[in-house]
Amino acid sequence: MSDIALPVRRPSSFARLFEAYGQEIVVLAAIVVLFAIVGLVNPRFLSDTNLTSIFSGNAYIAVAAIGMAMVIISGHIDVSVGSLIGVLATIAGTLAVSGYPIWVAWLVPVLVGIAINTCLGALIAYMRIPSIVATLGMLSILKGGLISATGGTWITGMPPGFFIAQARLFGIPSPVYFMVVLTILVALWMRYSATGRSIYAVGGNAEAARASGLNPERTCVLVFALHGFFAGIAALLFATQLQVIQSTVPPNLELTVITAAVIGGVSILGGTGTVIGSTLAAILFACIGSALIFLNVSAYWLRAVLGLLILATVLADMARRRRGLSP
Amino acid sequence: MSAAWKNLLLRHETILGVLLVITLIVLAFQSDRFFTADNLLNQGRLMAEVGLVALAMTFVIVTGGIDLSVGSILGLVAILLGVFWQKLGLPLPLAMMLGIVVGGVAGLVNGLIITRFGVPPLIATLATLALYRGLAEGISQARSVRGYPDWFFMLGQGEFLGVPVQLWIFGLCAVIAAVILGLSTFGRATYAIGSNAVAARFSGLSVDRSLLLIYTASGLIAGLAAVIFVSRVSTTRSDMGTGLELDVITAVVLGGTSIFGGRGTIIGTLLGLGLMQALKNGLALAGVKGDGTIVVIGAVLIGTILISNIFRKDADG
Repeated sequence: MSDIALPVRRPSSFARLFEAYGQEIVVLAAIVVLFAIVGLVNPRFLSDTNLTSIFSGNAYIAVAAIGMAMVIISGHIDVSVGSLIGVLATIAGTLAVSGYPIWVAWLVPVLVGIAINTCLGALIAYMRIPSIVATLGMLSILKGGLISATGGTWITGMPPGFFIAQARLFGIPSPVYFMVVLTILVALWMRYSATGRSIYAVGGNAEAARASGLNPERTCVLVFALHGFFAGIAALLFATQLQVIQSTVPPNLELTVITAAVIGGVSILGGTGTVIGSTLAAILFACIGSALIFLNVSAYWLRAVLGLLILATVLADMARRRRGLSP
Repeated sequence: MSAAWKNLLLRHETILGVLLVITLIVLAFQSDRFFTADNLLNQGRLMAEVGLVALAMTFVIVTGGIDLSVGSILGLVAILLGVFWQKLGLPLPLAMMLGIVVGGVAGLVNGLIITRFGVPPLIATLATLALYRGLAEGISQARSVRGYPDWFFMLGQGEFLGVPVQLWIFGLCAVIAAVILGLSTFGRATYAIGSNAVAARFSGLSVDRSLLLIYTASGLIAGLAAVIFVSRVSTTRSDMGTGLELDVITAVVLGGTSIFGGRGTIIGTLLGLGLMQALKNGLALAGVKGDGTIVVIGAVLIGTILISNIFRKDADG
């Protein structure tokens, strides 16, 4: 980078839009292209049933990725979210089967999620335990605790009103509403409210944020508490989408959620990114997974494809930063 | 008490050593099967793979980095070992060598992503964790390979002078690692990079080359662990080594290596490994089921860092 002042060019409105939302636009374009190509090869890909299963069946990943995006933007990471969702889904199912009112079965997991992650955030913020270590520890506590408490049995026989994720409004499955409404609300909140902006400030430079009168510790706890809230909602959608709940940890869920956040343009170094990107990326994954099946590619390659995608995105992000083009 | 004595007593390794001895005594009273030569040697056998990877991981974490992809490298090498031998018809020793080399290449790729592109190690190896496991799954198509010749099981199930073969390998590697990290110029450079990479660069150390070497070694040793693993359990599956990184990082961090880099010893890692394995085994003998022990390990990981942070705050004033 040079210190020579360049003549200021006024960028067109499209260029400005692209600069602010470059990654989001790229992911959106990828989704559109994917739909066009796979739809041409196999029109059944665009059928109503398949679209429903793509959007509704994966909305919980997008919801969890909202919280993860906030955590990563604030400069931390959480590898325990998959186990947390497994635990919360099991709590929801167990309460519903044990005859508690349905609203209790819906509310308690969300509250437990907030409580657990608030503790986690406090450990990280005030006891200075690096987030990777604290959440690795939490991962094994939750995972081990869940399996030894339940033995991985299947929970069945929930009352009919419990299955919130199977409800439809105007023909559109309810998880889609959760995904869209929460994404828009959080995106607006993070862009326009002072507290939302403070998450970017703390993630970009915690010491500068402190010097400007923000409290990085409190922001960290808040972010993790919100992350727990979204994990709770995600667990509800996950628990109620099928008639059974397998009381184990969904394999590699944390990785999928982190990947969605990172590919959606949340910078791994903290400080930038939006939850719109993370939600789009979660949709992109779901499309890729489904497309592989419709293109007759073995599903065993899915993880390799995802791995390549993360790697390519991360390298592109670093290259963009080096050229100093990133906002 | 003189300052030197106080320093020695407050060292993480000393605290950990005392903790390990107490754990061993308590466990010995809990179950009379615990403190038998058979059981201890068997525990050593189970510990060898995690232990080997933890040796390299100590170097990685001392530089301030992390390698989350080791479990996936182990899975990938295990699958390739089977493919090289059964599908391509290579002689088994050659397949073993090639497998370990692939592990090294996987580690080198990690190192290149980290040094050439400046990607934080946590994210780089998170990406390759998915990539390498994905390759293992894609290549294997969930089929396992069995039917290895008998001599191959020597490595993972055999004994030499009454001690499991992989313990000899692990012991040898541990001594080499301890000497390199504790006594060699390369070891001093490793600490320097972890304390302050920029200062190390300006002092004329070739930071990138050291990092490349360390990440490659981490991949190589994960490959070696894969071969031992396959030999121990007599089969290859693509999900081998899932979650290995958790055990390894827990052992290393438990052993007093700072996750921020610049601090840590091989002795500490060995103590951390011992404590972790003793807890797992002791709890299992005391009737806690396998998954319950994971809870304890997670709690011990957080607890140790917590206590060590509180101590350090006191020490720093």
